[in-house]
Order: sequence, then structure tokens, then C-alpha cells
Amino acid sequence: MSALETGVRYEAVIGIECHVELKTVSKMFCGCRNAFGGEPNTNVCPVCLGLPGALPVPNRVAIEHVVRAGLAFGAEIPAFSKFDRKNYFYPDMPKDYQISQYDMPLTQGGVVEFWLPDGVKGSCRLTRIHLEEDTGKSIHGGSSDGRIAGSAFSLLDFNRAGVPLMECVSEPDIRSAEEAVAYLDALKRTFVALGVSDVKMEEGSLRCDANVSIREVGSAELGTKTEIKNMNSFRSVLRAIQSETARQEAILRDGGRVVQETRGWDEAAGVTHSMRSKEQAHDYRYFPDPDLAPIEFAAADIARLMPRPDELPQTRLAGLIEQEGLAVARAHQIVDDAALARYVDAVVVATGSVPASASFILSDPMRLANETGRAVYEALPPNAAAELIVLARDGRINSKTQKALLERVWGTNESPAEIVEREGLAQVSDRGAVEGFVLEVIAAQERSVADFRAGKETALKFLVGQVMKASRGKADPMVVEAVLREHLSARDPGVGTEDGSAT
Amino acid sequence: MLDATAVRLAAAVRSREISALEIAEAMLVRVEERNEALGAYLTVAGDAAREQARRVDERVAAGEALPLAGVPLAVKDNMCLTGTRTTCASKILANWVAPYTATAVARCLDAGAVPIGKANLDEFAMGSSCENSALLVTRNPWDLSRVPGGSSGGSVSAVSGGIATIGLGSDTGGSIREPAAFCGVVGFKPTYGRVSRYGLIAFASSLDQIGPIAKTVEDASVVYDAIAGKDPFDATSVDRPVEATAGYLREDLSGVRIGIVREFGLGELDPDVRLAYETAYRDLERLGAELVEVSLPTADYGVATYYLIAPAECSSNLARFDGVRYGLRVDGADVGAMYEATRSAGFGPEVKRRILIGTHALSSGYYDAYYVRAQKARTLIAGDFARAFARCDAIACPAAASAAFRFNAKSDPYSMYLMDYYTIPMSLAGLPSLSVPCGYVTPDGSAGPLPLGLELTTPLFTERTLLGLAHAYERGTLHAQRHAPPEIPAAASIGGAA
Repeated sequence: MSALETGVRYEAVIGIECHVELKTVSKMFCGCRNAFGGEPNTNVCPVCLGLPGALPVPNRVAIEHVVRAGLAFGAEIPAFSKFDRKNYFYPDMPKDYQISQYDMPLTQGGVVEFWLPDGVKGSCRLTRIHLEEDTGKSIHGGSSDGRIAGSAFSLLDFNRAGVPLMECVSEPDIRSAEEAVAYLDALKRTFVALGVSDVKMEEGSLRCDANVSIREVGSAELGTKTEIKNMNSFRSVLRAIQSETARQEAILRDGGRVVQETRGWDEAAGVTHSMRSKEQAHDYRYFPDPDLAPIEFAAADIARLMPRPDELPQTRLAGLIEQEGLAVARAHQIVDDAALARYVDAVVVATGSVPASASFILSDPMRLANETGRAVYEALPPNAAAELIVLARDGRINSKTQKALLERVWGTNESPAEIVEREGLAQVSDRGAVEGFVLEVIAAQERSVADFRAGKETALKFLVGQVMKASRGKADPMVVEAVLREHLSARDPGVGTEDGSAT
Repeated sequence: MLDATAVRLAAAVRSREISALEIAEAMLVRVEERNEALGAYLTVAGDAAREQARRVDERVAAGEALPLAGVPLAVKDNMCLTGTRTTCASKILANWVAPYTATAVARCLDAGAVPIGKANLDEFAMGSSCENSALLVTRNPWDLSRVPGGSSGGSVSAVSGGIATIGLGSDTGGSIREPAAFCGVVGFKPTYGRVSRYGLIAFASSLDQIGPIAKTVEDASVVYDAIAGKDPFDATSVDRPVEATAGYLREDLSGVRIGIVREFGLGELDPDVRLAYETAYRDLERLGAELVEVSLPTADYGVATYYLIAPAECSSNLARFDGVRYGLRVDGADVGAMYEATRSAGFGPEVKRRILIGTHALSSGYYDAYYVRAQKARTLIAGDFARAFARCDAIACPAAASAAFRFNAKSDPYSMYLMDYYTIPMSLAGLPSLSVPCGYVTPDGSAGPLPLGLELTTPLFTERTLLGLAHAYERGTLHAQRHAPPEIPAAASIGGAA
């Protein structure tokens, strides 16, 4: 019997290594600018070109960025850290070794918390974050696949060589492609908030590899893993892991064995393909870089670098999602836009309600912002937004009026409350006033009244609309419906008549 | 005048008695006459020398008191000097022109020195005789059938042979001190971290240190004062105040305790060499020093320790010479074949041997047994020195076990490695150490006397003490003046070299 027939279920076990380019003025070990792009080989010097005799001098800010990144996730900062050389030959690596960190990284441990779109909270432990230098870029020409093997020539650009890069290594705590994306998203959000990186995947400032294996649900043993490379966006991370777990599951269900290897993600084909097997793995001959002194941290340094809770997106997200009950997507939308988050805060001061403020701001005002190309916080002062929210919440205007008022005050700096006052737009919630309109409509719409009474519930919607129209939109639809139902059921002239049973 | 000391020459230039340009021109003529025989310079930097000499004359005219005004300088060819070929005496860099200047060289130029040329060395500074140069044979001015020592053989031969007044060398395990002893000049390796390594093409980064080669201790101290100090471009250069040394040289050794190392007994040396060193020790006493016996029980492991650490570092440091960006490229079918062809053709046998040893020592499964243990041994050796210095102010010992030997005399690598037996422990401990002329021997078949060097070593960062003691010894013995190398023939008609 095959696994499929026995109903064996599999789960994925995923660990992620991601490289994040740090945001600094200069490169990791020289004074060249840390800038993306530029004419090839113009942003270089003897140090980042690895010229004979040149020596590295570490960038203090880059070191502090990594420490802050680790502290954001509760990592431990060892008092003593060092740089090591990772030795291997590659044409775009100027010294044929990379200055990296082997056994004494800048940060150890820590936990990344994240929320999936359905509101479920997940977490993944960090193994470590270490600091290293980026390589240059190669363009291999004259081969079909752009790889160095079989290419006729290679072009090298060292502008990126020596850019500070932090490598975040996770424990294999991730169980699905969706969790992997949520984990990366949490890293990105934190790094951007702390100003340690811009995290622009399209510029390659976040690059990640995933170690993926699958095992039977309930098993404690790990399956054979593959390492997936070349994932250039969160979407490709999602697709690549989904594709790879499906591939592995198909192998296991056919009674096969997964081979430990490195596999590249082919974005166009939507599959992973084998790059090299474990047997070809390098011996990197790590040893402490004798050009660089060890890095030592005093408790005072660490205290100075410790991020404040209000700097951390996960503090904010926990509040919005877990305490205020906001949907995950909405919470992310607010936290990811610092100006919007400040705006929401200002509105909440006046309304006293995070959910009410957030759900209003993220609906019509955001739509208007997209349509008009103006930011919400420019076109709608917080007090105006708060007035719109409070007017509706207090039943003084209905949602239709709220929308109309929003469009009216958008970009004008006018006060919605004053307009309501001045123009008598307040919603009519008074039963007596509403009753007048209701009786008017019942008298005029015999057919619909009869339909409703015959059990056609949709007729009520039509009648409510008619009452609203009669009130010129000012009636409170909730009151209208209640009064209508009362009148239509209190006296029931149509019951048992030919009219009533005919429909 | 060309044979005057740096101190004397600089004073003459400062007082406008002679111009830097006149000295440079005269020195370049002499280089023309003698370099063919000596083989000291790989590249004669005539244009750079004249340009710098003119600039020095202008600065002197403007009233600047340059300590090395117009002093002809030999730069070991593993240090970068903008616009000059910098070869490391290797085929792999034979045509590489440096686009920047090493900090130590720049500081010498700023002090007024005039670069006459780039001096030969053992390829990538790996060797003790200069015979490992892939590009040129350098000879000992005292006997042209003998080696100048190494690896700074070219700089030392130039100073000793009168075609430079001062030289810059680099010392990893004795590469300044041993050749200085062989050629009868002063060779000084400062404390590791005192002089910037920026622009020094690395052999073994944790050991490499640039230092002066000079005719006198005073000249060496003037050069040291010019080059020492923190450099923002070298993270291993030490950020602590540098004590000037030139004005603090001693005339006697009264009150000084000098340690004689029990384990460095002179018994195994040739009788005449042994006699010379026994005389040197007695001279120290005669000048007022108290001799005390000290022990360096782990120093005997120095050579073994060094030949793991230095190759390990060099295997990584020399990886960049791969044919991709600069230097020699020998094409291959693919990039891997190109690497192999380039490095096979570009490196000489001793460099390859050390790269292979170092690669093995760092490889997975051997790292702990070799590299880690060597680092522990290094710590023990440094600890021995620290204990010894509790009992003495300085340690005296031979700089080398013999005088200069003939070409091809050390046929197996290990016997060559043992040439650095007396200099390696100090390098492993990072200590300031120098060789000062201390006597002469005339081996069988030798035309004339050959110099020997006394090695003096003091605790970390005590360069002022060290140079002071060496100066007192030099003044009290006059070995440097007792003999001079013979006339250098204008053309080479000398056999003996490979």
C-alpha cells in the first residue's frame, strides 16, 4: 500500500538563512560609499578591490546595527566576538576569502514572532546573526543559463564588494511556506523600523536561502533537507517552498529518498532544480582574521544599543492584533507606514477607539488617498477624521452622510462637525420624525408593502430606501427599519386577502 | 658624502650644504655602477627619486626641518609605492604597478627620504637568503659569492653596499634581523602593531612588521620615529603614544640587566662564531651591564610553531593572486583551470610549499591539531618572555647561528628554516628586536671578514629602551666602523649564484 492509501500526512520543517545589506554611509571595511548601482567599478578602492597590501578597518556603525537587530528579538550579545576568514575561490570575491564570522557571531539566540493572515501567531527561534562583507557581482556571458560553467566570458563589478551584510540564521521552526513569508516579513519590518536596512529585495538587499525537509506529522525526526537558493521576492519564497515540499512529498509517496543537495528556484518554470550535491561542498578553512582585532562589548554599550519597545513593530502589532482585535492585514498596514501609524495615533487620541479609528481610516480615506494621490494625513487632518468617526458612532450621521462629508472635506481642512451643524445634516433618529416618513411611504408603496407582508423580505430593503429618500438621507436607517417593521406587523390588513396570497 | 649616515646627510641637506637632488643624482649614478653586481634593486625608481628630491629641496627651502631630508631610501619590493612596479619578487606580480603608497613608505617620504628603488626579497618575503626571489639574485656586499640573507636581502644589500643610506624591510620571523646580521648593518623590527602594515603585501598578517635597516642605531631610530604610530588604515596598528627614540640614545649600559638565554647555549656554534658572541656578551658587561641567566623553555618550539601559523595565514593571504583582477594570468579551459595554471606558473616552489602546508593546517579535521595548537604554543612562548623580562631589561642572543653562507648552501627547506631559530620566538611574541653588528669571522675560503649580528630584544613597546641599549653597545664596540665591505666591482663577473 502506498503512503497515499495509508493516509500518511506530512509537515514541512524549514529553516531560513537570509542575508540583509545594512544601511550605512560607507562599506564594511573601507571608506567607499555604501550605495546601490552606479557605473561598474566606480565605487571601489584598494581595500574593497582586495589589492595587494590593502587592509580592512571595521565599520563601527555596521557592527552596532547587527547588535540592535539581535537585541530587537531578544538575542544575547556575547561580550566577545570576532571576524573570521571564509576561504574559497570565486572571481567576484576580490580576496578569494570573505571576511565573515564563524564560531563567535555578534548575536546568539532570540525569537522572531509573527502573525499569519488568519490571526494565528507563530514564532521562530533565531540561531544567530553575524556580520560579513558582500561580494561583487558577476555577469557570465556566452552560456545558455547565465552560470559560470560553460560561459565564454565573465564581467565583474565590484561596486557591491565590501557592502556590510548581516546573515540571520533561523532554527528549523517554520512549518509552512506561509510561515516562512510571515517570518521574513517580520524581520524586514523590524530592520526597516530600526533603520538598520532598507530591505529592498528588488535591489538584492535581502536575499534568502531556505533549508526544507518534510516528515510525517507527529514524527520527531528530521527528514533529509535540501537548500533552496535564488528566491528573489517574498512571492518566490512562497512558491519555491510550496513547490519543493510538494516535490519531496511526491518522492516519499513513491517510496523514494530525498537527496541532500542545493537546489535553485526557477521563477519562470516554477520549479526547483538541482545545483550541487553535498559531496561537492567546500571546506572553507575558517580561521580568525589576523587583520582584525576581536570585538568586545561592555554592558554599557549593549544598554545604549538596546531598542526601546516603542521602536519595535512587534510591540505595536501585538497591541493592535491581540488587544485591539484588529485584523492582521490592517495591523501590518498601519505598522508598516510610520506616518500612517502616527496619524492613527492622533485620531485615536480624539476618538478613544483604535478599532473604530483604524477601520474607518483604512477604508474610505485610504481609497480616496489612492484615487487622489494625496496622503491621508495631508488631506484629512486627524481631528476631521475623528469628527467623522464620532458623528457616525453617536448616530448623528449615517454612513452615507459620513462618506459624502469625507469627500466634501477631503483636502479642504473643513470641519465635518461644523458642516453638519451649519447645514442641518444630522441624522434623524427621532422616532416621531422617522414615523412621519414611514407612514408616507407605506401609503405610497402598497405593492411593496403587500410583498413584504406576503413574506418577501427583500421588499423591506426597498421600503427602507424609499424612507431614506423621503428623509433626504438624513434618517437613521436602523431606526427606519425598526419603525417600518413595527408598522407593517402591528396592523396586518393584508393577511388572508386575495392580494396577499396571490404573490 | 654618499657614505655618510642618514643623520649626517639630512643635516647637510637641511643646512643647504648639498641638495637632495644632488644626492639623488649621485646615488643613482652609483646604483648604475653597483647594482649589476649586488642585485639589490629590482626596480630603480629614478624618476620618483628625482621628483621627490626636488620636492624635499622645496620643503627645505620653505624652512621645514625634515628629519630624513634627502636621505636615499631602499624600499623592499613588498611595499606599495604609487606608480612603481611592486613585485614581491614573484612572477605572479612581475608587472603589477601599485596605485597607492604604503603608510610606512609615505611617512618616510613625508620625513624627506628619497626612494631610490624597490629592493629584492625572497618571493613574498618567504625565505632567509633572498635566493627565493623569482626575479633576481642579490649578493652580499662583503662577499659576492654569499647570500645577503633574507627575506629583506635587497634592502640590506643596498644599505651595506652603499647604494642606499636607509632601507625599509619587513620582518615576519627574522627577515630584517638575519640579513642585517649577514651584511653588517642595523636591522630593527619594532613591536607588532607599532608600524602600519597598510600597503605591505601580506605574508603572515599576525607576524609581519615593517622596520628600518640602517648603518647605525641612530639612523634606525630616526627612521623608526618617522614611521611609528597608529594608522587609521590598519586596524592592527596600535593606538598608543609613540615615545620618540632619536633623542634618547644611551652611551653606556650601567644599571642595565641583560638576560642571556640558557636554552640558547653557544655550544653548537662554530668555534669562531662562538668566540665572537662570547666576546659580545663580555662587551656588554664591560659597558656596565649586569648579565643574568634567563630561561625560555618553550622557545625551542618556535620554528615548529611559526611554520604552522605563518603558512596558514599565507595560504589565505595569497589566495587573491588568482589571475582574475591583476598580475599574471595563464588561461585555462574554465575558471578553475585558469586559477590552477596561473598559480602553478606564478608562484615559486617555496611559496607553493607554504601555501600547501597552510592549507592543510587549516583544513577541516586538522585545524585543531595544527593551527589551534600552534596558537597555544605561541601564547606559551610569549609567556616565557614575559617571565624572563621580570628578571632583566633586555635579552641578548645571536641574530643568526652563522655568518652569511654561500649560494645553494642550504639545500633542504628545513635547514633554511633553522636560520631563523633565534629570531622567530621574538616575532611570535610580537616583541621589539634588532640586530646590531657585533663582530666578524673569516670562514675557510672566505676572502675577508664576514659580519655577525647581536640580537637585542626588550618588552613590548619599549623601543626607546631597546634602541638606547643598542646605541650604547654600538658606541662602545665600534664594530660597524671596524671593517667596511670591500669595493663593489662595477660589473658582475662573479660565480656561485644559482
